[in-house]
Amino acid sequence: MLKGKAFKFGDNISTDHIVPGRLAHLRSNLPELAKHVLEDADPTFATRVKAGDFVVGGSNFGLGSSREHAPLVIKMAGVSAILAKSVARIFFRNAINLGLPVLVCDTDKIDDGDTIEVDMEAGTIQDITNGNKVSFKPIPPFMSAILAEGGLIPYIKKYGDFKL
Amino acid sequence: MGKTLAEKILSNKSQTDVRAGDIAIAWVDLAFAQDTTGPLTINEFESSFNSLADKDRTVLFLDHAAPSPNCQLSTDHILLRNFAKKTGCLLSDVGEGICHQIVAESMARPGDVIIGADSHTVTAGGLGVFATGMGSSDVAVAMAMGKTWFRVPESVKVIVSGNFQKGVFAKDLILHLIGLIGADGATYQSLEFAGDTIDRMSISERLTVANMSVEAGAKAGLFAADETTRDYLTKQGRSGDYQPISPDADAEYVKTIIIDASTLEPTVSQPHTVDNTALARELKGVRIHQVLIGTCTNGRIEDLAVATSMLKGKKSHPETRLIIAPASRNILLQAIKAGYIQTLVEAGAIILPPGCGACLGLHQGVLGDSEACLSTANRNFKGRMGNPKGFIYLGSPAAAAATAITGEITDPREVL
Ligand code: SF4
Repeated sequence: MLKGKAFKFGDNISTDHIVPGRLAHLRSNLPELAKHVLEDADPTFATRVKAGDFVVGGSNFGLGSSREHAPLVIKMAGVSAILAKSVARIFFRNAINLGLPVLVCDTDKIDDGDTIEVDMEAGTIQDITNGNKVSFKPIPPFMSAILAEGGLIPYIKKYGDFKL
Repeated sequence: MGKTLAEKILSNKSQTDVRAGDIAIAWVDLAFAQDTTGPLTINEFESSFNSLADKDRTVLFLDHAAPSPNCQLSTDHILLRNFAKKTGCLLSDVGEGICHQIVAESMARPGDVIIGADSHTVTAGGLGVFATGMGSSDVAVAMAMGKTWFRVPESVKVIVSGNFQKGVFAKDLILHLIGLIGADGATYQSLEFAGDTIDRMSISERLTVANMSVEAGAKAGLFAADETTRDYLTKQGRSGDYQPISPDADAEYVKTIIIDASTLEPTVSQPHTVDNTALARELKGVRIHQVLIGTCTNGRIEDLAVATSMLKGKKSHPETRLIIAPASRNILLQAIKAGYIQTLVEAGAIILPPGCGACLGLHQGVLGDSEACLSTANRNFKGRMGNPKGFIYLGSPAAAAATAITGEITDPREVL
C-alpha cells in the first residue's frame, strides 16, 4: 500500500516542464538536476514534495522528449507513483524502465493536496480526504514484469534476456 | 489478412508473425543516443554490460550542444568520445549535424528497425523504417543485446490526395493533421501515410511529416519505400540499401483519415502546444522577434532553397533576428555551393553550425522574456527555447521567411 499527498498538475505536462532543455548541462549531475524537478509547471514543487507523495497529472502526461531524466528526477524526488488520465508513450515506458509506477485513472476525482492511498494489487486508489475511490487500468503484463524487478536493467540482469 | 507497415517490419525483425497488440522481441538495426541523452545511456550500459552487440550499428551523435556552450556539456562530450574510442562504436562529432538527418542520409535502410534516445527518431519513417524514440535504459539494453521489445502498434491510415496550393508545404500538412487529431491523437499508434500526394512527395518532405508524427503521440510515422526512396538512396551512394516495402492492400487499420491537400493553407502552431493550430493569415500582426529556419524538421537543402528564393534581394526586418541552422554538414556544403548562404547572409541571416542550435534552448538563440519566435522546428512547449516566458510559433520555411521579412506572422503567399 502506497500512501502520500497528491500534487496536481494540468493536461499536457511536457518533458520540458519536468526537466527543461536549458538545464541539459546538469544532466550528468543528477542531484543538482533533481532540484529543478517540474520547475516550469510549479516552481515550488521541488521544495514541497516529500518521499511517498504522488504526482497527479491530467491527460497526455509526459509528452515530448525521450529524456529518461524526466521520470528519473520525479523518482529521485521520492514520488512513489505518477497518476494521470493518459500518458505519453515514451514517458510511460521510461518510467516503468526505472521502476516508477504510472497509473492511468480518472484523476478528476482527486484534489490537489489530498492524502491518497494506492493499492497496487487491487488496482485501486482511495482519496482519503474527499472519500473518492477510483480504479486504475492494469499495467500490461510485460511491463508489470519489468516493474516487478525494479526496472528494465535489473530485469535483464535477472533473466539475461527478454522473457515473453 | 494483410499487414500494415508496422506489422510487416516487426514481423520480419522478430521472425514471428505479429499483429497489432502483440509483443514482439525485434532485432535492432541501429541504436543511437545523442549528447543530452548519451551520458545516461552510457552510465546505464556500463553499470551492467561489457560489450556492444554491434559496434558498427551503434552511434553517438554530438549535435544538441554543437559546439558546446559550457564546461559541463563539453565534459559530457569527452565522455561520449571516450566511450566511442573504447568500444569502437560510431561517433558523429560536433559539426556533422543532427542525428536524425545523418541517420536518414547515411544509415537508415527501408525495412530496418531503428531506436534512438531521442523522440524524433521517428524521422526515418520517411524512408520506410520502423524508427522510434526510447529512453536511455532501452537504448542501453539494445546496444548490449541488439534487440528490444515492442508492443506492435495499431495503425492509422492517413490518405492524402490532391496538389498543394502555392505556398503550402508538407509542414502545413503535418501541422494540420496534428491540429485535427490532437497532441495525443495517435498515442501508442503508428501513422501510415498514403495517397497520391504522398507518392509525389520528396524524401525531404516525407522526413518532415514523419519527424512530427510523434507530436501526435505516435510511436512511428511510416511511409512505403518506393522509387523516390530508391532515387534518394542512390543519390546518397547507397543504392544497395534499397528494398521496396509497402503495406498490404488488405491491411487492417484502426482508423482512416482522409485529407484533401488542395484545401490546406499555410498553418502555424501557436504557443504552447503543437495542436494549437491556426492559419497563418489569421495570426497576421503577431510580432515576431526571432525566426529560426533549421532543425531536424525543416533544415534540409529543399527548405533552405525555399527560404532563399523568398529572401533574395530582400532584408529581414530590423527588429527580427533571422537564424539559419542547416541540419547537417552535407546540407551546409550544398547551400554554400548553391549560393544560398551568401544570399541569406546578405538578407540579414545569422548562420549557425549544423546541429540543433536554438531548437531546445541550450544556446545560440535563447528567447528573452516575452519574446516570440517563429520556428520551423517541431515543438513549441513552454520553456522549449530556453525561456518559459518565451512564445514559440511553428510554421514552414516559407512562412518563416515571410515572417522574417515583415517582422510579424505572415502568410507566405503574400510574399511569394
Ligand atoms: S533539432 Fe530540435 S527536435 Fe531535432 S533533434 Fe535537435 S533538439 Fe531535437
